[in-house]
Amino acid sequence: MSGLVGYIFSSDFLYMWIRVATPLILPALGAVICNRSGVVHLGLEGIMLTAALFGVLGGALGGSLFWGIAAGILISLLLSVLFAYFHLSLRANNVLCGTAINTIAGGFTVFVLELITGEKGTSSSLRSFSFPNVNIPLVEDIPVLGDVLSGHNLLTYIAILMVFAVVFLLYKTPLGLRMRAVGENPNAASSVGVNVTKMRFTAVLISGVLIGLGGMYLSMGYLNMFTRDMTAGRGFIALAAAAMGQSTPVGAFLSAMVFAFFDGLSNILQLLRIPAEFVQMLPYIATIAGLTLYSIQRIYRFKRKNRLRVIEAEKSRQ
Amino acid sequence: MHLPCFIQKIRAGGVNVNQAVEALRMENITKVYPNGVIANKSVTFVVNQGEIHALSGENGAGKSTLMKILFGEEQPTSGTIFANGQKVNISSPTEAIRLGIGMVHQHFMLVPSLTVAENMMLGIEPRKGLKIDRKRAEKEVREISHKYNLPIEPNERVEDLTVGQKQKVEILKALLRGAKILILDEPTAVLTPQETRELFAELKTLRSNGYTIIFISHKLNEVKEFCDRITIIRRGQTMGVYPLSDISEQEISKLMVGRDVILKISKNKILPGAPAIKVRNLKILEESGRVRINNISFTVREGEILGVAGVEGNGQAQLVKALTGLGPYHSGSIELCGTDIRKKSVSDIRKLSVAHIPEDRMTIGIAPRLSVTENTVIDKTDNIRFFTRLGLSKSSEIREYGKKMVRDYHILCKTPDVSVESLSGGNIQKTVLARELSGGPKVIIADQPTRGVDVGATEFIRRQLIAMRDAGNSIFLITSDLNEVLGLSDGIIVLFEGEITAYLPDASNVTEEELGQYMLGIKRQSPEQISEVLHEQKD
Repeated sequence: MSGLVGYIFSSDFLYMWIRVATPLILPALGAVICNRSGVVHLGLEGIMLTAALFGVLGGALGGSLFWGIAAGILISLLLSVLFAYFHLSLRANNVLCGTAINTIAGGFTVFVLELITGEKGTSSSLRSFSFPNVNIPLVEDIPVLGDVLSGHNLLTYIAILMVFAVVFLLYKTPLGLRMRAVGENPNAASSVGVNVTKMRFTAVLISGVLIGLGGMYLSMGYLNMFTRDMTAGRGFIALAAAAMGQSTPVGAFLSAMVFAFFDGLSNILQLLRIPAEFVQMLPYIATIAGLTLYSIQRIYRFKRKNRLRVIEAEKSRQ
Repeated sequence: MHLPCFIQKIRAGGVNVNQAVEALRMENITKVYPNGVIANKSVTFVVNQGEIHALSGENGAGKSTLMKILFGEEQPTSGTIFANGQKVNISSPTEAIRLGIGMVHQHFMLVPSLTVAENMMLGIEPRKGLKIDRKRAEKEVREISHKYNLPIEPNERVEDLTVGQKQKVEILKALLRGAKILILDEPTAVLTPQETRELFAELKTLRSNGYTIIFISHKLNEVKEFCDRITIIRRGQTMGVYPLSDISEQEISKLMVGRDVILKISKNKILPGAPAIKVRNLKILEESGRVRINNISFTVREGEILGVAGVEGNGQAQLVKALTGLGPYHSGSIELCGTDIRKKSVSDIRKLSVAHIPEDRMTIGIAPRLSVTENTVIDKTDNIRFFTRLGLSKSSEIREYGKKMVRDYHILCKTPDVSVESLSGGNIQKTVLARELSGGPKVIIADQPTRGVDVGATEFIRRQLIAMRDAGNSIFLITSDLNEVLGLSDGIIVLFEGEITAYLPDASNVTEEELGQYMLGIKRQSPEQISEVLHEQKD
């Protein structure tokens, strides 16, 4: 057990923590943008998965990383348009639209994979182009800290930058102001001529890019191939992270880090010969426990605050 | 009244002033909704530049629809609109704003978590590079607020503002967007008497600056007081345009409802009986810890209507929630029909024969999509008259009951099976009344029972409440309508900042002025006078 604790504080674990957080941070930021503009986007999982496949295919068929990125982002935008068109323009139920995208993605990716590679499981026969790892000059030379912070995948650094970018977008730009207004009171926004559907459409598209990058990280960074159903619920965890972070970019980022911690932990425990199936439950149990604790402490804090206030009020009367 | 300069010019040129410039003409507007409801039947509505024009009619008469068409939120089935003499097609609110038409909605169109400046600049944000130019936004808000003498702090969050301030933001929002014609939809419904007076002064200033104001209201005294002309709508048709100097309140109400409405409330004197509501040392705190009700005590007896007067937001909402079991209270006791309701659920409390006519009927008064019939039996699911022991409904019984309710409570609807949301405000309120009063309650908590309800339905509701009181029941009446609290109540308590500041045992002897002074906290009774409301024998 002491070995485990030691490992958690090792630079290897911290490095891995950041590594597994990346595919949660990006889609969680996407979910934040959607939530804030009043769209509950349940299709994250499907968009991630499809982008993961198309990133690999684009790279392999085009012969460079550029084509991989282009194909991955294009398919994400395409699926986002599909979701937005059905949900926002045709006013179909968002749960239906999201579930449809996820279900389609599960079958569609395997179908396309087999069509192109003849295999149903992985894209290992294709030549993969991955996002490069980046060593940060100076930082990489710092002992321990350098091992933790430097040498990550390019997308990991982009994910961190995106936290700031989304803060800027939502709180500093006219577009962000309109999105927040549309999310909180669509009638107020439309009464001053802000087109609610257009705003939400834009939000879904912007978040589509973030979600797609999250998906591509899985097949072009985390691993360097596509495997079927490789998102394994990360889209839903990202949604939970966005919700737990109160739909603020920083809150979602911190929540994603919490979930990633347990994801990382499950990787280590696997090494300790704890049954893989048990270990694989951990991130999800952590998600449920996290949400439960969050609710409980909010209720408790509220009650205690009230009790204190009553006592104070009584005192001041005497 | 200061005439706008262009009219003065006309006068200088010797042209007859009575031929004022038309700011707006809606001609033969007809609106038929997809469900077949005819909201407007060939309505012609003309407003002159620089006048305050009242648009009055009962709820459901079609004035909201007409204004939605003018603001581009609805499209007319037929008819034409002219703005400043030009034929226009108002396809959206954006187009309306471009034509200089601004609307102050009854339910404010504001985003609570954003600041005043952000709300006002939404959609027309000044930019600096990619960013919003906050400094400039703030400056523009200050300038316009100063120019029209509508003081407001640009950096305050809208959720922290009072209702009156929110309304100022709404008016400024329209002015900032270049509105020359302002539509105000029942603007005084949510205001205190003082705020109302302030609003009138502000609107008069705007009028003297050449702005045109359309004032939707069915408060006839207000209309009479400061509007120039009135257009009356009844059942989708115009009943004519009149200068307000030539028409009396009685005549207006006759045109609105087609018969004389008794504006006075008449009731007999009766002797109150035993206490039915006993509240002692009640204290209610808000989530934020703010004290909303501070140590109040009162008694309502059988056969008595106790009115609560007070500017909204002085603890009325929290008090009603505590009395009906919908909200918490922190210390003190509430006894209804002899039972302490601490830790009792809403349904336990209802079983004590307590009825609640809620303030917000659309949210907690009814289930909008259910039928009139379903809404009247919705609280009777454990009544074996309507449901078998297994929980199955007895359709024919329920149908009969629905028909009876529609008859007894004069609910105007095609059949009792139409969804409640398709009815007008007054008829929705009658549906609530049917459910709450038909069960034979002993205690009735009536929260703004006639707010936003047309004159005819108001009269009906008031009569029902008086009949309930005459039958020996207790009524706790919360209302922001001064006429109503004075006319309907036997005794009145005044709530100010969560405390009872006055008990007026005989409402018929109270003047509006006196009540107003207590409501605004200018005057306050001694604790001995206030404790009279307990109706306890002193040793």
